[in-house]
Amino acid sequence: MLDKTGIAKRIAKEVKNGYYVNLGIGIPTLVANFVRQDIEVEFQSENGILGMGPFPLDGEEDADLINAGKQTITALNGASYFDSATSFSMIRGKHVDLTILGAMEVSENGDIANWKIPGYMVKGMGGAMDLVASAENIIVAMMHTNKKGESKLLKRCSLPLTGVDCVKKVVTNLAVLEVTKDGFKLLERAPGISVETIQQATEGHLIIEGPVPEMEL
Amino acid sequence: MINKQVANVKEALKGVSSEMTFMLGGFGLCGIPENAISELVDMGIKNLTCISNNAGVDDFGLGLLLQNHQIKKMIASYVGENDEFERQMLSGELDVELIPQGTLAERCRAAQAGFPAIYTPAGYGTEVAEGKETREFDGKMYVLEMAFKADFSFVKAWKGDAAGNLIFKGTARNFNPNMCGAATITVAEVEELVPVGALDPNQIHIPGIFVQRIFEGKNYEKRIEKRTVR
Repeated sequence: MLDKTGIAKRIAKEVKNGYYVNLGIGIPTLVANFVRQDIEVEFQSENGILGMGPFPLDGEEDADLINAGKQTITALNGASYFDSATSFSMIRGKHVDLTILGAMEVSENGDIANWKIPGYMVKGMGGAMDLVASAENIIVAMMHTNKKGESKLLKRCSLPLTGVDCVKKVVTNLAVLEVTKDGFKLLERAPGISVETIQQATEGHLIIEGPVPEMEL
Repeated sequence: MINKQVANVKEALKGVSSEMTFMLGGFGLCGIPENAISELVDMGIKNLTCISNNAGVDDFGLGLLLQNHQIKKMIASYVGENDEFERQMLSGELDVELIPQGTLAERCRAAQAGFPAIYTPAGYGTEVAEGKETREFDGKMYVLEMAFKADFSFVKAWKGDAAGNLIFKGTARNFNPNMCGAATITVAEVEELVPVGALDPNQIHIPGIFVQRIFEGKNYEKRIEKRTVR
């Protein structure tokens, strides 16, 4: 079973040369640490930077330079800053190649819920609804089950939706799955995890075709 | 040159009163109009509707107005860092409209640019689109979102001049430029008010026409919400 770092490592392999990438808060933020060094990638943060660099060195933090998670960051050579309307023009206008975000639930038809638990937790959607409504390449990074052990890959989402029919791929601590018109197609297993374990942890329709390879990290 | 400079925050906020709708720039605590917020707290005006991406933290930014129960309705995209906000919202004391971040930006920009409304794909099929007009363009569904109407915009810039021209710094830019000229009166506070002619016209982010009042702010705290280092 993978930990959060492992999920990030696996997703990093989906980042290709020449991509502009938007990383959500949580596990997705870790992905930047594992992208191959020999390819050119630029990270966009929707609060208004393209060409986001690593966290600053101690003592070099700048209150005017943060990411969408409100953490202090740095800007790489070639970076640019812009206003929020311009930022979402990049997103809505499909100029961003890959969006990686977290989720509370994903359904077998690609719906995603990640912004609200009615009566309990309401943090807001931030930029997530804009991202999932427009991005053509959306990968969800999440644990396969919740803290109660219940599946987060469902037939239908039970929580208020963030977007409909939009998620293309899900990477969890157990598996890599593609969202197809027929359900979740199992592409890879986490090291040491059996197909049966994944089947048990998946409420939505799971498609298993032939032997399922173990993921390479 | 049309002079927009006012002496201080008190003069800049002349005409502000209870029941009004305000736009406030900033993302988290980055680029927020600290001086205007502080003055609004001192004025004690109530029943405000505030349009801002976030609601500050418990003891800074818009959180100060929330603690004081001055806000009746909050329109925002993300409010996760504020326990008092969550408490007031879940108890029903505070009316909250949560909308997608890009929609928030574009409803400001529409008001600035003279569009009554815009179509966006964000939120289609979710509760955000409930009760709203939807329309299909080229096989994809969009939601009609109205331009905001506000009495005052409070924005914060890095540098500005008496003509109202503004330059922002880093990611403190965020919603500030989109809110300029989007309300009846735009009040800009700047860290440094420079002499007219000192700013290179090539480098100006917001032309002075979008700003009615400008002043040099004081005692910027510029608090960092999540200090993170390598």
